Amino acid sequence: MDALDFSTKIGSKRFSNPIFTASGCASSGQELSQFFSLTEIGAIVTKSIMTKPRTGRPTPRMAETPSGMLNSIGLQGPGIDAFLETDIPWLVANQVKIIVSIAGETVDEYGVLARRLRAVPGISAVEVNISCPNVENRGQVFACHTDTATAVIEAVRRNIGGELPIVAKLSPDVTDIVEIASAVINAGVDGLALINTLLGMVIDTNTMKPKLAGKTGGLSGPAIRPVAVRAIYQVHQAFPNTPIVGMGGVASGRDALELVLAGASAVSVGTASFGNPMAALQIRNELSELLTQKGFSDFRDAIGFAHRGV
Amino acid sequence: MITPQKINRNAKQIQAEVLSNKKVGPYHHMVFAVGDMAAHSKPGNFVAISVGGEQSSLILRRAFAIYRASDKGPMGGSIELVVAPHGQGSKWLCSQNVGAFVDMVGPLGTAFGIPTTNANTMLIGGGYGSAPLFALAEVLKNRGCRVDMVLGASTANKIYAPLEGKRSVSSLTLTTDDGSTGIHGQISEAIPRLIREYSTDVIYSCGPMGMLAAIAKIADDFDIAHQCAVEEAMACGIGVCMTCVVPVKNEGGIKMVRTCIDGPVMDGAQIIWDRKTVMDAL
Repeated sequence: MDALDFSTKIGSKRFSNPIFTASGCASSGQELSQFFSLTEIGAIVTKSIMTKPRTGRPTPRMAETPSGMLNSIGLQGPGIDAFLETDIPWLVANQVKIIVSIAGETVDEYGVLARRLRAVPGISAVEVNISCPNVENRGQVFACHTDTATAVIEAVRRNIGGELPIVAKLSPDVTDIVEIASAVINAGVDGLALINTLLGMVIDTNTMKPKLAGKTGGLSGPAIRPVAVRAIYQVHQAFPNTPIVGMGGVASGRDALELVLAGASAVSVGTASFGNPMAALQIRNELSELLTQKGFSDFRDAIGFAHRGV
Repeated sequence: MITPQKINRNAKQIQAEVLSNKKVGPYHHMVFAVGDMAAHSKPGNFVAISVGGEQSSLILRRAFAIYRASDKGPMGGSIELVVAPHGQGSKWLCSQNVGAFVDMVGPLGTAFGIPTTNANTMLIGGGYGSAPLFALAEVLKNRGCRVDMVLGASTANKIYAPLEGKRSVSSLTLTTDDGSTGIHGQISEAIPRLIREYSTDVIYSCGPMGMLAAIAKIADDFDIAHQCAVEEAMACGIGVCMTCVVPVKNEGGIKMVRTCIDGPVMDGAQIIWDRKTVMDAL
């Protein structure tokens, strides 16, 4: 049997395989490298970075839920200066494929971050996180409205220059995700990341108060996988030529295949890495085996397969 | 500048066989075959264990302080844990029979620092939080340190104080909130008198955060060093999820640091224990 061509493309960039980490679930990569070589997976998507260092929210920041968890980190991070000084050089030195995730409080902040990244060598794409649910007010979730989503992507597009692919990360907490996808595609993104966490809440029935210090948090893990599959399916149906980085509760090769069949060109592994540091590598291997078993010789033939003949 | 990764470099993911599982009062004393992991484990380190089996809806690992590690034995290296069956995850672990395998990552986190010269040390443990202190006591004793151990809990049977542990200490004081054994009252109330009596130079503590905060205040009043092993809920144990943070002092402000990487053993004087200070700074 011929070897599987496992490579994939997001915009102009090629990746050796379609399994990435999800932003916020691999820090900046170094911790996971204790368990496997990061060059074994398609790319590391770094934790969303902002212009300034950020403390994040108080604890408790986490609540386990059935087949999932809520997190309320609040974009804790070192800020773009320290990130470019320490995290990126380490990843470049270790020949890791890098997708940098950025987050801003304002449209201008996204523009500033894009400008900082334009001249940085070794980056394969930029994920524009416009959908983090852990912000002070819902109005800051740019992905909830077409006009704010468009404004952010235009600011990034204006400032990034060159041919660095832009991937917009969208929220499933909207009435019509296809409408938001349409807006950011028109604003010039090269790909979409679907889906961010869903806004959720747990109340501790002993204390009778919200379990998280931030009250609400982002729900992730296998519990949200059907939502991810639905969102990817709907968006791929509407825009079959726009690459989608799929994510949402993927914990096995079978789960990754499900997102690929729905229309994902790559699959990010997030919460599964918390429970199993080797998850991304194991999922890559399982997906490769499954594709071969099903008779695919080119990974790209499986993308959106569930739409065929429907 | 490229900063080194700070995760415990000896950390590995293994399938560990349950060699023994015995009920001790309200706790379970469990022994696992871990091979090389034992030789790399130091007092204060912890392991993170998958719970619930393959089809479980419990997706996060549970962290347990290593009670003892032994690199020699008929089954090779082994580690021992003291597990309180409180939640679904720890109950599942306690229900594992001898011969079962669990998915374990370790050793993780920082270890207790050992004084380079003879020192009078006091080891303070609350509830099953006393677990890592017995191995520490042995190390300190072998260094020639005086080791005074103080163990407290809400009631007598919740004090974890195995008989063999008593051999490694110069004195053992027990306290209970209900007065069912030892000194009646909270553990922190007994500490100032004991520090004076034993001329303590260094405090090591492990237990609930409220207890650690009270001891940090006492250590500050007496101006003595205080290393504490903190307990904050973790999702991953390996530094990627950012949930297990504690606030520490940082250039006039605060900084959230991961207790799985910068802890669990931390300098008690660096942690900001007062919640209002933290909330005001955020």
